[in-house]
Amino acid sequence: MFRLEARQSPSRAMFWLSPLVAVVLSLVASAIIFALLGKPPVAALRIMVVDPLVGLNNLAELALKATPLLLCAIGIAIGCRANVWNIGAEGQLTLGGICGSWVALNFGGAGHVWALPLMLLAGIAGGVLWAAIPAFLRTRFNAHEILTTLMLTYVALHLLGYLVRGPWRDPAGFNFPQSKTFADDVSMPIILPTTRLHLGALVALLVVPAAAFLMRRTFAGYRIRVVGLAPGAARYAGFSQKRVVWLCLLLSGGLAGFAGICEVAGPLGQLQPTISPGYGFAAIIVAYLGRLDPWGILAASLLMALIYIGGDALQVSLQMPTAMSGVIQGLVLFFLLGMDLFIGFQFRFGRRSPKPVGQLADA
Amino acid sequence: MTPSRREVLLTGLGGIAGAATGALGLRSARAADPFGVGFVYVGPISNAGWTYQHNLGRLAVEKAFGNRVKTNYVESVPEGADAERVIRQLSATNGLIFTTSFGYMEPTLKVARQFPNIRYEHCTGYKMAKNVGIYNARFYEGRYIAGVVSGAMSKTGVLGHVAPFPIPEVAQGINALILGARSVNPKIKIKLVWTSSWFDPGKEKEAADALIGQGCDVLSNHTDSTAVVQAAEEKGVWCTGYDSDMSQFAPKMCLTSVTEDWSDYYVKRVQAAMDGSWTPDNVWGGFKSGMIKMTPYNKAVPEHAVNDAEAKIAAIAQGSFSPFQGPINDQFGAQKVASGAKLTDDQILSMNWLAEGVEGKLG
Repeated sequence: MFRLEARQSPSRAMFWLSPLVAVVLSLVASAIIFALLGKPPVAALRIMVVDPLVGLNNLAELALKATPLLLCAIGIAIGCRANVWNIGAEGQLTLGGICGSWVALNFGGAGHVWALPLMLLAGIAGGVLWAAIPAFLRTRFNAHEILTTLMLTYVALHLLGYLVRGPWRDPAGFNFPQSKTFADDVSMPIILPTTRLHLGALVALLVVPAAAFLMRRTFAGYRIRVVGLAPGAARYAGFSQKRVVWLCLLLSGGLAGFAGICEVAGPLGQLQPTISPGYGFAAIIVAYLGRLDPWGILAASLLMALIYIGGDALQVSLQMPTAMSGVIQGLVLFFLLGMDLFIGFQFRFGRRSPKPVGQLADA
Repeated sequence: MTPSRREVLLTGLGGIAGAATGALGLRSARAADPFGVGFVYVGPISNAGWTYQHNLGRLAVEKAFGNRVKTNYVESVPEGADAERVIRQLSATNGLIFTTSFGYMEPTLKVARQFPNIRYEHCTGYKMAKNVGIYNARFYEGRYIAGVVSGAMSKTGVLGHVAPFPIPEVAQGINALILGARSVNPKIKIKLVWTSSWFDPGKEKEAADALIGQGCDVLSNHTDSTAVVQAAEEKGVWCTGYDSDMSQFAPKMCLTSVTEDWSDYYVKRVQAAMDGSWTPDNVWGGFKSGMIKMTPYNKAVPEHAVNDAEAKIAAIAQGSFSPFQGPINDQFGAQKVASGAKLTDDQILSMNWLAEGVEGKLG
């Protein structure tokens, strides 16, 4: 009946338009699901997509939720460009939270002006350190980073669990697993009064053009792209693949570590057994949704944050099940992957050549 | 913590605004509106477990007040930065909000400061405020009875327990279980497996199988899934349930279950909030108030054991007996509670030791 045929040259415009079309299609599909659940589809879409974008506080919440996704996703995306797959941003984020907290718990509350910057640096260092292990294993023993980064995530989560239940437990907290709350001088400064939006969001926003500049305008970015697109050519040009692996993982780890300490010293205000509801993993989806491009990722992180927040709003206002956010996320990815097929391929109806006699059974 | 100048100002303005609307009679015009009651759940409601029990309480509120109340809930809210946003969202439309997991303690307090006219009830925490009350159930009372029944049924003299995290609530459960069991059989022991997770059916099943392999013939768990009782049913080993009535998952092998019943408490507090008599309180209910209940005993439990258990329940409810009354030694033989003494609530709340007969460490 019809067949798929590779396009001569994939459309550049559609490459960027397809995420938007995918979002629109998933909203339409969501509306149909809302209707099937017996909920008013238009009101539901308004509650999910429009209401979270109205008002200063709602916008601040959106940016707050998007910040860790954005930071982790940019790091992951830079790695992906060089075929370096960092699946363990969640672990690097956790280590960042832990290392930054060490500074906050030891030097906070004494009025040192250097405590906050030191805490942030320690957070970045924690993420870098955690990503350095897979980088070493990859470059020295050729152990694949997909496995090592993922496995180190669980090590990090257990380390966090040990610290909050053991040495860093708040002595006044009835042995409950959490640290003391951070002093004001080691809490992330709020950049919009009366909201929870903190300095980390601003830094994350600055990381976007910086990452774009790195990838498009610097030699290091060029090497990353060449190693990813044409490893053979990179070798021939004398680019060190090992250096690219190190660069990608450390950069990615540092960004995730910064995201971690921002969460702990920002909205959480203390170290606790869970500091992230899986930002490091969700960021992989965000990176892909944003086409591995920093500006695309900025849009994708805001969209993902909107889906999470909108999903909660649907529960509050319309008693929809919590699985709805997951379903919508799935729809967006489904449509995006579907669209990608059409960017590279096209349907051809009819037949390319006359059918040879004797092959009529072809369905 | 002292309120900042802005908070004082806002509170004052809120009060003036409230008084003004009252004086203008605007409030009576709204009297026909149903009273909003919000619930924040840490897991999905599903069909058994911690969140399921809280939801039964919510349904009891709806049943008791009909269209005079409107309840809202949000399920599967992570114990992190999202909790504060969800609680604030609920605060816009509800007069009383129950936050039903320990990790919501700080977010509840933070939001409560911003909404001085909304009342909050936080489950299993220890910090209160002018508009934040706390409540919890004495799980350990039920656990002691489960121990009495388990002790009577065990042939091998070894019980198995699957525990999530080494926090006081879990230690209370383990100690009450061994003390109850030893009241029947002074030689009995408990083996522990820690899963480091509240909900991980795969790990819980493995833990249960490992305990059965080590000769444990009555299992119990503090984790949230139904995997342990299902493993017991499958292998033909006795078990006691937790949170909900687990006989639906282990009809042959479940001896009895320790369940929480929040219905009466929720109805009482909603009534108080509606008639204006609500004040923050610290409630820790057990058998006496009906917050803890045992489900009907398995037919296999001999009559003398049932009588023994029922007598202990009556004594606990009357206050003539406490599961934590001396003499109690810890697992290293050191005396923790002298003969004739009993632990205070604060000592129980911060329990971080294991009683004689428990094999394995706290953590």
